[in-house]
Parts: sequence; C-alpha cells; structure tokens
Amino acid sequence: MMEKKYIEQTDWLLLGISMLLAAIGIVCIYSATRGFESAFYMRQFYWLLIGLAILIPTVILDYAIFKRFAYVLFGLTLVLLIIALFGGHTMGGAQRWISLSFVSFQPSELAKITFVITLAKVLSTTQSNRFGMSWRELALPALILFVPFILIARQPDLGTAMIFVFVFTSMVLIVKIRLRTLIVLTCAVLAMIPIGWYALKDYQRARLLSFIDPAMDPLGSGYQTLQSQIAIGSGGFLGKGFTKGTQGSLSFLPAHHTDFVFPLLAEEWGFIGCVAMIALFIMLILRGLDIASNSKDRFGFLLAFGLSALLFWHIVINIGMVMGFLPVVGVPLPFLSYGGSFLLTVLVSIGLLLNISMRKYIF
Amino acid sequence: MKDYLADKDPSELKERLYLVLIVIGLIFLVLIGKLWYLQVMRTSHFSELSMNNRIRLTKTPAARGLIMDKNGNRLAENRPGFDLLLIPEDVDDMAKTKKILTRIVDIDTKTIDAKLKKAKRRARFHPVKLKKDISWEEMAKVDNYNFELPGVQIEVMPKRTYPYNKATAHLLGYLGEISERAYRSSRKDNKRPYRRGDMIGKSGVEASFEDTLRGTDGGRQIEVDASGRLIKVMKEIPPYPGQNIRLTIDLATQKAAWEAMEGKTGAVVAMDPRNGRILALVSTPSFDTDRLTRGVSSKEWQALIQDPMKVFNNRVLQGLYPPASTFKPITAIAALEKNLIDTERKIMSGPSFKLGRDLFRDWKRGGHGKINLHTAIVQSSDTFFYQLGLEVGIDNISHYAKSFGLGDRTGINIKNEKKGFIPTRAWKVAAKGEPWYKGETVITAIGQGFVLSTPMQLLNAYAAIANGGTLYVPQFIESIESIEGEKIKDFPPIVRSKVDATPETLRLIREALRGVVSEKNGTARWINRRGLKIAGKTGTAQVVRMKERIKDIETIPYRFRDHGLFAGFAPYDDPLIAVAVVVEHGGFGSSSAAPVALSVIKTYLEGLPKPAPEPEPAINPEINKKSSEKKTATDKNI
Repeated sequence: MMEKKYIEQTDWLLLGISMLLAAIGIVCIYSATRGFESAFYMRQFYWLLIGLAILIPTVILDYAIFKRFAYVLFGLTLVLLIIALFGGHTMGGAQRWISLSFVSFQPSELAKITFVITLAKVLSTTQSNRFGMSWRELALPALILFVPFILIARQPDLGTAMIFVFVFTSMVLIVKIRLRTLIVLTCAVLAMIPIGWYALKDYQRARLLSFIDPAMDPLGSGYQTLQSQIAIGSGGFLGKGFTKGTQGSLSFLPAHHTDFVFPLLAEEWGFIGCVAMIALFIMLILRGLDIASNSKDRFGFLLAFGLSALLFWHIVINIGMVMGFLPVVGVPLPFLSYGGSFLLTVLVSIGLLLNISMRKYIF
Repeated sequence: MKDYLADKDPSELKERLYLVLIVIGLIFLVLIGKLWYLQVMRTSHFSELSMNNRIRLTKTPAARGLIMDKNGNRLAENRPGFDLLLIPEDVDDMAKTKKILTRIVDIDTKTIDAKLKKAKRRARFHPVKLKKDISWEEMAKVDNYNFELPGVQIEVMPKRTYPYNKATAHLLGYLGEISERAYRSSRKDNKRPYRRGDMIGKSGVEASFEDTLRGTDGGRQIEVDASGRLIKVMKEIPPYPGQNIRLTIDLATQKAAWEAMEGKTGAVVAMDPRNGRILALVSTPSFDTDRLTRGVSSKEWQALIQDPMKVFNNRVLQGLYPPASTFKPITAIAALEKNLIDTERKIMSGPSFKLGRDLFRDWKRGGHGKINLHTAIVQSSDTFFYQLGLEVGIDNISHYAKSFGLGDRTGINIKNEKKGFIPTRAWKVAAKGEPWYKGETVITAIGQGFVLSTPMQLLNAYAAIANGGTLYVPQFIESIESIEGEKIKDFPPIVRSKVDATPETLRLIREALRGVVSEKNGTARWINRRGLKIAGKTGTAQVVRMKERIKDIETIPYRFRDHGLFAGFAPYDDPLIAVAVVVEHGGFGSSSAAPVALSVIKTYLEGLPKPAPEPEPAINPEINKKSSEKKTATDKNI
C-alpha cells in the first residue's frame, strides 16, 4: 500500500517543524511543572509517542477514505459528545471528559477533526455560481456547525466552541459566499450578541467583563491576565533563561502548563524566543496552506485549508488571550500546552496534511 | 463516482489564498507588536513587578448567618477558630518542624505525613491544613515558636457552634465539609461556587436554608515576602456575611421538650395552631452537633450512622407510627359530618366486639357500658369506635383522615419528610389484590392496621381541630434578617386547606378532648392543671399483638413494648399551642407521652406575657389535682 514514491514525497519540512515544536513543548512543560511532584513532561512524552503511532495510519490511508466516511465519523463524534455531556465527568466545572478504563479523553478534540473533514466534504461538493454560496447552499454547512457547537457550548467549553465558529467562517469565506448573504449574516451575528450574553454562565460573563476591565475581577481572570502579562513582560528581550522563570514556578498562573504555557516560555526565553516560536508557527501554517494550494481536488484543498485554519486559530486565540488581547476562554496552544487529547488532535491534523501533500500528483 | 466528478479542480479556490496570507501576516504582526511592547518597551516595569511579585490570593471566609429563636436567643452562632497551616516551600527543616509541632500541638507525625502526602500534587507554596480548630493554648504556643517554625501559620476561621447542642440537633442540623458531588454540582450552576473543604449545611435548617445562611467569601490579593509572610494587601474583596434566620421556635419550650424527652426515644413537636408556626421540635435520641461540625473520625461517624436507634432520623417528620387512639376523633368527625351520630345517641360498648369469627377487644376489661360519643372519646372506648367505624365505613374514614392532612406530607421546608399512609378500598385491591374486609375497617377506626402518620401530621390535624378547621403548612422560619437586624423576608402563614368539617362538629370534638383531661374517667386526667386548660387525646400504638393483656410493661421486652402517643392543645377554648408527642416503646400514651406534652404546654403558656390572671372556669369541678395524683397509670387505652 505504501509505495516508495510516497516516502519520497513526504513533506519532511512539515514533519520536522512539528517534531521540533513538540520537543519545545515537552521542555516548556518540564520547566512549568518542576515545582510539582507529578512528572507532567513524561506523560506529555508518552502522549507524543501515542500520537506518532496514530499519525502513521492517518498518513497511509488515502484521504479520499475520510471523505467517503465523513458522515459516519461525524455521527460517531456527535454520539460521543452527547455521552460526554450527560455521562461524562467534570474537570474544572465543565462536562468535557469521557472516562475510558485507562485514560479520559475529550470528545470535543475528536470533534475538531471530524468537523473539518465533514465540512470539507460538504463544501467540496457545493456547486455555486460565481457570486458564491447562497442561503440554501449555506444551510447544510451551517447545520454541521450548529450541532457540535451547541453540544460543546453546553459543556460548557466556550473556547472550543469559538474555535469551531472561526474555522467554519474561514472555510466558508474561502469557498466564497454572496456579498448580500455575508452582510445579512454579519448583521444577524451582531444582533445575537445581547441574546448570547444571557446564555452565558456567570463565570464566562465574569471573564468577558474582566477582559474589558481587568480591575473588575482582581481575584479571578483579571488576575490571570495581569500575572500572564507580568510573566511575558519580565522576560525582556533575552529572557531569564531555562527554568529561571519565577512567575510560572510560583504558580501565579493557575494553568501555567496548559493554557498559560506561552507566558512561561516568554519569561524564560524572552522576545527572541517568542519571535522564534511564532516564526515556527508561521512556517507550520504556511506549509499547510502550501499543501492546500498544491492539492489535486477541492476536498483536498478544503481539508488542508481547514486543518491549517484550525491550527492557526488555536495559536492566535491562545497567544492573544495570554497577552490580554482576548478574554480568557481556555484555548490551548498547539504542541506546547500540556494535554493528551489536544496533542493527538494536533498530530492527526499534521498527519492528514502530510497525507494530502503526498498524493498531490496522483489522480 | 459522482463525487469525483463534482469535485472539480480547486484552482478557483487557490486564487484566493493570497488574501489569506495577507490576513495571517497582519494578525501575526499585531501579536509580535504586542510582544515588543510588553517585552521590550515595558520590560523594566514588568520586571520590577515580577521581582517583588509574590502576589498571592487568599480567601477571606464569610461568617455564616446566625440562627435565633423567635425571641432573638442565639441557637447557632460563630466563634473564632484557629486552623494550623503548613507551607512546605517555606519550611527550612522539616524534621525539626515536625518535632516541635508534635510537642506543642495535639497531632502526631503520622497525621502530618499523611496530610503532606495528600497535598503532594499541588504546588509546594500552597498551604496544607494540618489541623482544624486547634485550641487557644495550642495557638498561643505556636505563636511563641514563630521564629523556629518558618512556614507554619495560623489561620483564623469562623467556626460554627450550637449553644443548645443536642436539644436543637434535628431542628438546626449540623455542618460538614462539602461532598464531592455537591461541590461539582455547585461548580456547574456557578451562582456562588463552593471550594473543596468549604463547610455546608448537612441537615435541618442549616441545610434547608444553606443559601441564605451562607455568606459570600471574600478574597485578597496580597504581597508576601520570601517566607510567605504578608507584606501588604494589594486588593481586597471583603467577605459578605450570610443572613440571619429568626425561627418561630420558642427556646424555653424547645428546652422543656428536650428535657422531657431526654433518655427516651421519640418525637415532640409543638405549633401555634393559629398560624402553623412551629414552637418546638425535638427528636430523640439526638446527636452532638458541635462535635459533628468540628469533624469526627470516620470510625466515630460509622458508629453514628450504624446506631440501631438511627440518631439522624428526624422522627418528627420521618417517624411513621400508627396514630392509634389519637385517630378516634377523625372517625368521630366522619360520623358527625355524615349525621350517623349525634350528641345524644348511645351505643352499648362492652368488653369486646364480635364481627364474624373475629373478636375485637376493648382495652378496658369490663367495658364502658352504654355511652355516647363524648364519653367514648373521654374514656377512649375501643368497642364504641369499632361499631361506629363500621357504620361510617372505610371510604368516609379515609376521606376525613385525608381532609385533615393525614397520609400526606405537611409541606414543611425540611428535606425527606415522610408521607405516612391512609388506606383506601382502591389501594387494597391494587396493592394486595384483595377486597377490603370489614375487620380492617374496625381497626382503622381506632387508628391501627394500615394507618401510619408522622408526629408532624398528627400535630397538624389536631391544630386544625383546635383552630376551627384551618390546615396550615407548618413553618419554622419567622423571618430572614440582615446582619443589621433589618427584616429582609417575612414568612406569613400559609393556609394549605380547610378541613371538611363544620365548626359545630369541631366544637363538639374540642369539648370531648377537653374531657379527656378534665373529666373523672378521662384517660389523660393526670395532666390536668389549673390554668392550663389542656385538651387532647392519648394513644397507645401496638407494636405486636399480645395474646394476653400484660399489666406490667417492665416484663415485656423493650422492642415489643407499645408506643405511647399524645396529641392535644391548650387552652382548649382559645388554643395557643398544639402538641404531638410520641414515645417509642414507652407503653401507654397516658403515662409516657402525656406528661411530656404537659411540660411543653406549661412552659410555653407560662412563658407568654400574661394579660390579666383570670380564674379558670372548671367544667368539671369534682376533678382536682389530688384525685389525679392518686391514680397510677396502669390502665391501658388503645
């Protein structure tokens, strides 16, 4: 099944960047959790090995298979999301986890991948005229967004739900929708904001309010943002050096090995380190878009584009959040944040990108 | 392969990618710009903050609301308590710290190690609670050793205490650490989420009014020095104390009820029949609320919950007893309302009543002779009510019993109230697959058989008789008050329903119930006291059917002894208090339960502000205290 030409056509650059990022991630997690007795960095390493094992089949199978079974995968994901919502167990107040015998995992992570696959399939078969998609053509994609969005927002996991909206918007815009439709839709979303405000849980509202005015909640998320900014700012141009950071190790940041790992990196490696890090992320995204532009079919293009968008929005929202641009919504940073399910999501995305790039010349 | 045909070349999409690149470029440029601002332009500012940054968050616990009786006496209050904390990161020499601590505080090395191990997964600067609520002396010693014990801290926490402890245990409940389940559900609702280790009401008023009593914890952003000591408070959200609750309970009456019941098993509950307000509520055996709130070992806890006497059962609401003879007025009301009997008609009430092959005996060997309804209630004749019950029929009996709230929850705001049971013909067919037998009507008429009620239901039914037919929802909260003492919320009486009986019927019943206490042959004549004008009904609930009538209850094994009941009110012509008493395995109601009721009624009425003393117009002047004391309580009335 795996022919020699496939190996030759593997995008080694993409794989190399990914492995480098994963290695940096483990080093950061080591530094972030050295005050803890538990070895988080070792667990992240084991997750990386598991992720690589899962990556191999996602590369070998022709991605057309994912297109054929998109709806099956999507249905399965929805079932898991419903199970998580009603039978899952809670961590930090949200119903996100399903417990298997040996490990718990978040179906919303799996949903990110199957959502992109399904949306790519639907959009790739949409035949619209040169003005772009109409209301009717937009209905099915919107439904594919709406169902998992509601299930995830109910958990409640606002960050992940927002990621879905951003990825959806990116993919729909690249396919093009009619200008009139776009304007009406934008107005509708703006009108929904006050309604959405009441649907939010108290702590979510508190986060949004303290984003607007950090002094409002000095003990909660305002505190997080302040501490995060102190960590980043005190890193300076060159940084304090590996394991020399004080903000992270003193745990002023509550989730300093998960969502708030970037400030820790910024504190220890400084502006230089951050820019290098962002450069790696940019290269990753550009590889993804390059793969999209070289793909042989619409599905391949949309899948590669969607996965790139998925990674891109995670990076932007996370870094924007820790620097105080965006409210604290709990979106992890690809490769760097501690967490098994999310690392698997990222590696599967990379696997699918490799898969598409490998088959660009075959028809 | 329709899909493949539809999936045309993506070149049209690719044309748009350059726009995407511009967007990506702009976004990253903004991010890097902000990084530059934070890390290069403002780095000295943030470095300084970070150097001194030992900003920590601490919780300032809110004081829990007080619980007072209706006169403002404190039933539950807060006192300062001291918790012993250890911050592992700040300890220089752990072995030495342990050695000193075990010497000056009542704690052993094993406990310290266990606590530290439990906290291992948390960051080392997080305080570990070594011991809760250490004594004042211990606190002073730890304070003395301050400089030899870096990393050891004392935290002042308000602790709950109950001045009347066991006497108010079932009423007030107790506090305990929040359970994992309650913690999680509170995080989900997220109104005012709890933290692990928070104290939460576990039963009684503490649990029912948890949200009212509980304050909102405050917090402080503080700056600490290298060894974790406070340098200055940067920002503070003050704690907001919980609201106070004023109960309808009368402390003196509550204490009297407890003292009368101490050592016995059972329940006492008293209410103001004019509005349904609970004046006293006691269930025995009781438990030590202070100790439970301070925290008991799992062994002690196991012993408590496995106690065969079921100490946590609030028998007032959860104890199910056959109402026995206290039910007879209900049968009488049914008969009066259906015009099956009047004040004149007499029924021959011999020593036994024969129905088919079954023989139903009266509690009194010689029987009562030919008597009317009034006398039958006064003397608690069984054979009279067997016959009357048959005339009335089960359908009417259950209708009137339900009309007085029996067999249904009273709706009081305490969790886990039991429903009790009033049998009906339809139920018998559905549940047992058998028709209703006449013999069952006979025993239902005297409150035995399938009938079960809680002391609270019984009280409510008698309160309705006392007040002329209004069934209230029992309430034990008078008002919720702010810490300044302003009323925030009132709890006006809630009328549940009107009973299905005319005022005239109820007046006849009240007179008969007065006769039970005041007349020569009344079954509760021993509790007749000048000025109190008590009316009521005794009852003795059979636990097992005895072949022989045994006079000396001491010869019967404890668990086979009958339950003694009393339900009544006073003064009978203007009722101010209604009482229900159950003494489990106490023998006759007249000797075990009635004296408890007397003590409760006496305490309450004597405690009331007196308008002007007026002489009691005795209805039966021949009855006096002397004759009642001579008699011993050996007559058995069922």
